[in-house]
Amino acid sequence: MNLHIKYFGLLAEVTGCNEEILEFSKNSVSDVLSILFEKYPGLREKDFQVAQNNEIVSKEMVVSEGEIALLPPFSGG
Amino acid sequence: MNKRKPKNVFIDGAISSEFIGQSIAKHQSKTTIGAHNIFLGQVRADEIDGKEVSAIEYTAHEEIATIKFHEIREETFSKFNLTCMHIYHSLGRVEAGEICLFVFVSSPRRKEVFSALEYVVEEIKAKVPVFGKEIFEDESHQWKVNS
Repeated sequence: MNLHIKYFGLLAEVTGCNEEILEFSKNSVSDVLSILFEKYPGLREKDFQVAQNNEIVSKEMVVSEGEIALLPPFSGG
Repeated sequence: MNKRKPKNVFIDGAISSEFIGQSIAKHQSKTTIGAHNIFLGQVRADEIDGKEVSAIEYTAHEEIATIKFHEIREETFSKFNLTCMHIYHSLGRVEAGEICLFVFVSSPRRKEVFSALEYVVEEIKAKVPVFGKEIFEDESHQWKVNS
């Protein structure tokens, strides 16, 4: 399964890219994150929420095809 | 029943005083309104470790942000007796002293607009995925944290 992973704000600086497509087997959000933590160790210490297909989800959620967005703390206004 | 459609909230760069003025003028025909209340968020030239913030560059997860702005609108209309509400937020670079957030609520009566405006602004800060990069005079930067 291909997941379109998007990184926002300072997380995009940690990964060095805004988005990428990665292949995963069926997994939970936390499984996906542990793979991303191996690829980008700097992500480990960062605070962020995960959105799947435009909805904020828990780490236990099973991922499905589409977009996974990593959102750092909001700082609008 | 929900008939309102999500509106486009984002403006490229700073929100001008002309835009804000025209927004106010457009309400002259809505004569059931007796009270407007306006919040303007302005980019502050904070001094951090001896360097001054000269601008903030805003990015957002625009799809989620649009959904969240819409939910905040719906929730605010259900909680307060408002005639209308407008929210505009900048994307891209906004210089210190310029306006980056414009929230405008209107009602027949003043008490509603005082509480509604505070509610909307706090909800935006807490729930909308917008990210501010504070850029210093020497073009170095840090990521803004809302307090």
